[in-house]
Amino acid sequence: MNYTYFPGCSLEKNAACYDASTRAVAAQLGMQLTEVEDWNCCGATEYVSLNLTAAYSLIARNLAQASKNTSTHELVAPCSACYLNLRKCDKVLGQDPKFAGRVVQALAAGGLSYKPGTLHIRHLLDVLYQDVGLEALAAKVTKPLRGLRVAPYYGCMIVRPEFHDGGEDPEAPTSLDEILKALGADVVDYPLKAACCGGHMTQISEATGFDMIHRLVKSAADLNADLIATLCPMCQLNLDGFQGAMNRHFGSHFHMPVLYFTQLIGLAMGMSMREMGIGEEIVDARAALSRIGSEMAAEAAEPKRPRKDDKALPMPAPLKRA
Amino acid sequence: MTEEIRIGVYICHCGSNIAGTVDVEEVARWAGHLTNVISSRDYKFMCSSLGQEMIEKDIKEKGVNRVVVASCTPHLHELTYRNALARAGLNPYFFEMANIREQVSWVTTDRVEATKKAEALVAAAVSRVAWHEALEPLFVPIDPNVLIVGGGVAGIQAALEIADAGNHVYMVEREPSIGGHMAQLDKTFPTLDCSACILTPKMFNVGNHKNVTLMTWSEVEKVDGYIGNFTVTIRKRARYVDTGLCTGCGVCEEKCPKKVVDDVFEAGVGHRKVVYRPFPQAVPNYPVIDRPNCTFFQKGTCKACEKFCPTGAIKFDQQDEVLTVKVGNIILATGWDLFDARRIPQYGYGRIRNVFSSMEFERLSNAAGPTGGKIVMRDGVSVPKSVGIIHCVGSRDKHYNNYCSAICCMQSLKFAHLVHEKTGAQVHNFYIDIRTPAKAYDEFYQRVLDEGTIFIRGKVAEISDSPRTAEEEGKIIVQVDDSLAGRQRRIPLDMVVLSAGLEPRHDAKEVAIKFGISCSADRWFMEKHPKLDPVATMTDGVFVAGVCVGPKDIPASVAQGSAAAARVLSIIGQKEIQIDAATAIVNEESCVGCKECIPSCPYQAIEFLEDKRKAYVREALCKGCGTCVGTCLSKSISLRHFTDDQLVAEMIGAMTAMKMFEQAQTEVA
Amino acid sequence: MEHNHASSFMDEVSSSAPGGEALRTCIQCGTCGGSCPSGPDMQHTPRQIFALIRAGERDVVLKSNTPWYCVSCYYCTVRCPKEIPVTEIMYTLKRMAVRDKAFDDSKAPDFSKVFIRWVEEFGRSFELGLMGVHMIRHNPFGAFKIMDMAVGMVTKGRMAFTPTRIKGLDGLKRILAKAKELEAQA
Ligand SMILES: Cc1cc2nc3c(=O)[nH]c(=O)nc-3n(C[C@H](O)[C@H](O)[C@H](O)COP(=O)(O)OP(=O)(O)OC[C@H]3O[C@@H](n4cnc5c(N)ncnc54)[C@H](O)[C@@H]3O)c2cc1C
Ligand code: SF4
Ligand code: SF4
Repeated sequence: MNYTYFPGCSLEKNAACYDASTRAVAAQLGMQLTEVEDWNCCGATEYVSLNLTAAYSLIARNLAQASKNTSTHELVAPCSACYLNLRKCDKVLGQDPKFAGRVVQALAAGGLSYKPGTLHIRHLLDVLYQDVGLEALAAKVTKPLRGLRVAPYYGCMIVRPEFHDGGEDPEAPTSLDEILKALGADVVDYPLKAACCGGHMTQISEATGFDMIHRLVKSAADLNADLIATLCPMCQLNLDGFQGAMNRHFGSHFHMPVLYFTQLIGLAMGMSMREMGIGEEIVDARAALSRIGSEMAAEAAEPKRPRKDDKALPMPAPLKRA
Repeated sequence: MTEEIRIGVYICHCGSNIAGTVDVEEVARWAGHLTNVISSRDYKFMCSSLGQEMIEKDIKEKGVNRVVVASCTPHLHELTYRNALARAGLNPYFFEMANIREQVSWVTTDRVEATKKAEALVAAAVSRVAWHEALEPLFVPIDPNVLIVGGGVAGIQAALEIADAGNHVYMVEREPSIGGHMAQLDKTFPTLDCSACILTPKMFNVGNHKNVTLMTWSEVEKVDGYIGNFTVTIRKRARYVDTGLCTGCGVCEEKCPKKVVDDVFEAGVGHRKVVYRPFPQAVPNYPVIDRPNCTFFQKGTCKACEKFCPTGAIKFDQQDEVLTVKVGNIILATGWDLFDARRIPQYGYGRIRNVFSSMEFERLSNAAGPTGGKIVMRDGVSVPKSVGIIHCVGSRDKHYNNYCSAICCMQSLKFAHLVHEKTGAQVHNFYIDIRTPAKAYDEFYQRVLDEGTIFIRGKVAEISDSPRTAEEEGKIIVQVDDSLAGRQRRIPLDMVVLSAGLEPRHDAKEVAIKFGISCSADRWFMEKHPKLDPVATMTDGVFVAGVCVGPKDIPASVAQGSAAAARVLSIIGQKEIQIDAATAIVNEESCVGCKECIPSCPYQAIEFLEDKRKAYVREALCKGCGTCVGTCLSKSISLRHFTDDQLVAEMIGAMTAMKMFEQAQTEVA
Repeated sequence: MEHNHASSFMDEVSSSAPGGEALRTCIQCGTCGGSCPSGPDMQHTPRQIFALIRAGERDVVLKSNTPWYCVSCYYCTVRCPKEIPVTEIMYTLKRMAVRDKAFDDSKAPDFSKVFIRWVEEFGRSFELGLMGVHMIRHNPFGAFKIMDMAVGMVTKGRMAFTPTRIKGLDGLKRILAKAKELEAQA
C-alpha cells in the first residue's frame, strides 16, 4: 500500500498531532506515505472567492508536484478541505476543457504540467476504510476503546458534494462509525455527524460561528458522548479551540474533548498518549480517555419482549444500503 | 402490368406547416410531368373532407388508379387516405404517402433545398406506387373473454363494466384479497366518504359476479398470442386452505399463536397473524398461510389452525396450481408502490420515532386499523398537540422522482383535516406549491385553511431530533426556509407525517416485458397516446388503467378503468378485427425447409409445416417487420407491400429526381 | 430560435459558475435556504438571492452579505431537488462582488484577501496567525474573548508566527501571475 501524501498547511503546526498520528498509524498498518515534494497551500475556501483561475492553478500545482511520484497514482490527504480542493480541481479540469486550458497555461509559466485524471485523490478515512479495511484494523487492536462513548463527526467537505467515491451517503455516512466500532468504542448515533463546524465563520460573524459550534457540542453532550472524533483540522480547531469562547458566548459549561480519529486508532493499537500527541488539544481529553476499559454503567437494558400491555406501534426498520 | 397506370398526385400545404417552407405549387407543377402522372394538384388541407373528395372525384372522373399524397407522416393519415380510395372503389393499397412535413418542412429551413427534397420524395412515391399490388385486408376473430391484472379500484371498475356487459373476466390479483390501496385508506378526499364503505360493495360484486373468475394470491407467468387470441399462463400460489371447504369463519386466525408485523396492508404500523385475511371484508374471504413465517413450515410443529378449523379446510400439502386461459384482450391495472421515505436520511424516517409515512397515518386514522382510528404517537398512547405534514416527499426532486405525484397535496390537506378533527392539534402543512385542480378540490383547501391549519411555503430541508433551545427539547424540529416570510425557521412539533409520492411498482419493468408493452423513462407504463389514446398501449389488445400509467387519484383511476373497459367492449363488439395486409409470405417453391427463419421472428409468427417440410407465416401474428426476409438464405420470403420491386422503384424514383436537379444545376452554370 | 430573456444578470451569473446553467430551473422551493447552517444570519436566504438574480437586482445581490456567510458546507448543493450547484454560485457571487467592489462590509472579503496574501508570499498559509491579524483589524475587543485559546495554542505549540516558505516560490509566483492575467481576459 503505497501512497503519495499531502499533509496540508494545518498539519504542519496547528494539527501536528494529526500528522504525527497519521504517520505512526500508517506505518503500523503497512502503508507507505511519500510526502508530495514542495507542496503548497490548497487555498482553502478563500482563493475561489477571489479568483477562479488562480485558485485552481494554485491547487493544480500540487497535483503536478504529486504526479512526479510515478510509483503510485494514489494521493491521500488527511485534511477535508485539501481533499475536496484537490479532488474538485482534478474533476473540473477534466470536465471543462476551456477552463482547463487556462490552468494548463498558468502551470506552464511555472514549468509544470498535469493531466486530469492521472491521480486518484482520496481522503485518509476512505483509505483506512477501504484499502486497509475493518478486519485488518481490528486485528491490530491491542487496547480496545471499550467504555469510551465517541460521537463520530465527519463534517461536510468529505461527504459532500458527491466527489467521494466510497459510496457514502452525503447525509448519513457510516465509515467512521464502523472504524470506531472496530476499535471497540461505544459509538453514539450522532445526528449532526455530517453538519458543518462553521469553517472560517468565527472570523466573519462571531455569533454565527459560535452558534454552529454550540449545536455540535451540545448534541454530543446531550447524547452523553465522552468525546468527539474528527477527521478535519478545521473542525478540530473550531470545536476544540473555540469551545471556551463559545461557552462564554452562551454562558454554557461544556467540556467536550475533540480528538482526531487517527489518535484514537493509535491508542487502540497500543501506542502511547505522548506519541499520539494527546495533550495538544485545548479541551483536555485525559479525563475522558481514562474511561477506556472502565465498565459502562449498565444502561437500563431495554426489555427484550414487549410487555403485554405495551401499546407501542412497530417502527420501520432502518434501510439497508446496497 | 396490363392495365394502364394513371397516377394522381396531391400535395398538402398543411396550413403553413408545409407551405411555409416548401413551394407546394411548384412541387405540384413539377410532379405533373412525371411518368404516368395524369393529375397533380395542391390543396390547403388534404386530410379535410374536401381534400379527400378531390381524390375520390379524380378516381371516378379522370380514371386515376394509383394515388400519391405528399403530406404528413403515414402514422397520422395513411388510413384516412386508404379509406378514401376504398370509398371510390379502388383497392386501398394502390396508395403511397410521401412525408414532406416531418421529413422536410419541419427539419429544413432553406426553401429551395426543401422544395427539391419534397420533389425527390414525391418522385420516389410516384415511381413506387406504379408497382403496388392489390391486397386484401385480413380479419381475425376476437375471443370475448378478458384478462384483468390487478384488483385495485381501477381493475375492479373495469371488471364490473365488462362482466355486466355479459363477457367473461379473469381477474388475477397478487395479494390474498382484491381492493388494492384504496382498501387501506380511511376517508377519501374531497368528500371524506369512508373508503371501505364505498369500495367494499364493488369488491363484493366482483367476488360474486357470475361472469368473473377471481384468482387472488396469483400471478401471470406467461402471455402468448395477439389481440383477439391471447393464451395466458397463471400461477395460483398455494394458500394451504381448501377454498371449497373454507367458510371464512376466521377461527384459524383467532387460534394461530404467531403474530408478525404486517408490512403490506397495515403499512408496517400494525400486526397480523400468520394465517390471515388482510382485513375482515376481504374478497375472497378465505385466508392464506404465510409460509415463510409459519411455525409448522419452519419447525414441523404447531398446526393450531388445522386443529381448530371446523371444516378441515387447512391443507398443508397444497401445491401451486398452474393453469392457462384464453382471452381476447388484457387490461393491466397494477397500481403503485409508496416512495420509501427512508431514502431521504435527513427526514429521519426509520430513525426518529414520531416521524410517520402517509400510509402509516392512513392506518392510524382508520377505525379498522391498529389503534382503532386514534391518531396517536409511536408509543401507541400519547395524542400529539402539534403535527407537521410534509408535502412532496420524494417527488419533484431529481434525486428521487422528478415528477409530481399528483395526489399528495390533496392527501396532505385531508390529513390536516383529520388531525384537526380527531385531536385538535395545531397542524402545519409544509408545501412547495398547492395543487388542487379538480372539482371541489380547491374548496377543500379553503376549508382546511378555515380550520386554522398553518401553511408554510418551503420544501422541508431537514427533520431533526437535535434540539438547540429549551423550546426544542424533546420535540421533532422541522427546519425550513419559510419562503413567504423570507427566513429560515425551525418549528418544534410532536409528530410529523411524510406525504411520500407514488412510484411505479418495483417490478413494473418485468411486468411490462411480460405483456409486450413499454415503460416511460420514469418506469410508468407507456400509453399509446397521452391525450388521444390514454388507456391503450402500442401492443394491440393490451390496455392499461389507473396509477400504473402515472399518478392519479381515485376518480381518475375509476374513469380509466371504465375507459379501458369501453375500449375492450368496442373490440369485442366488432367480433373480428382487421389487421394490416402487409405481411410476410413464403414462396413454397423455393423454400428449402432449413427453419432459419423460425427463431428470427420476434412475434413467433412462423411455423413449420411438417407434412410439406416448408415454413409458413401465420398472417394474423405477422407484424410485417421483415426480419425473416433478411434471414432467409434462399430468398424465399417476401413482404407484401414491401417487395424488392417496390423498394427498388422507390429508390430509382428518388435518384432520377436528383439526377435531374444536378443537370439543371450544370445547365445554369 | 431567438429568445428574449429578461435578465442578463442571470446569464452573467449562470455562465460564470461551473454547472451554473441549472440555475434557470430553480423552483424557489427553499431547500437551500432551509438547509444553510448560517441561513438565519444571512440578509437573504440563497433562494431569495436567486429570485433577486431573476429580477435583475444586481446591486442588491452583490451588496448582500449572503455569499460571505456561506460556509461551503455543500448541504444546499446535495439537497437541491434541481441539482443546482448552489455553493459554486455563492463563490461566483463573491468573485463578482470583489471585482465590482460592491460588498460594503470589508470584513469577509478582507479575511480571504489576507489569507491569500500569505499564500502568495510564502506558498503556505497559517490560519492562526491570520486569525490574529484579522481580529485585531476588525474586532480588537473580540480578540479578548479568545485570548485563553490563543495562549493555549501558543503554549501547546500549535501556533506558528510565520508560514513555511516553499522552495519553488518563484515558480508559484509565475503561475499565479499568469493565472490572474488569464482570468482578467476571460
Ligand atoms: C396516503 C394516500 C392517501 C390517498 N388518499 C386518497 C383519497 O383520499 N382520495 C383519492 O381519490 N385518492 C387517494 N389516494 C390515491 C389512491 O390511492 C389511488 O388513486 C388508487 O389507489 C389507485 O388505484 P389503482 O387500482 O390504480 O392501484 P392500486 O390500488 O395500487 O391497486 C393495484 C392492485 O394490483 C395488484 N397488483 C400489482 N401488481 C400485480 C401483479 N403483477 N399481478 C397481480 N396483481 C398485481 C396490487 O396488489 C393491487 O391490489 C391516496 C394515496 C395515498 C398514497
Ligand atoms: S429460412 Fe427460408 S428456406 Fe429456410 S425454412 Fe425459412 S423460408 Fe424456408
Ligand atoms: S434548493 Fe434549488 S430549486 Fe430550491 S430554491 Fe434552492 S436553488 Fe432553487
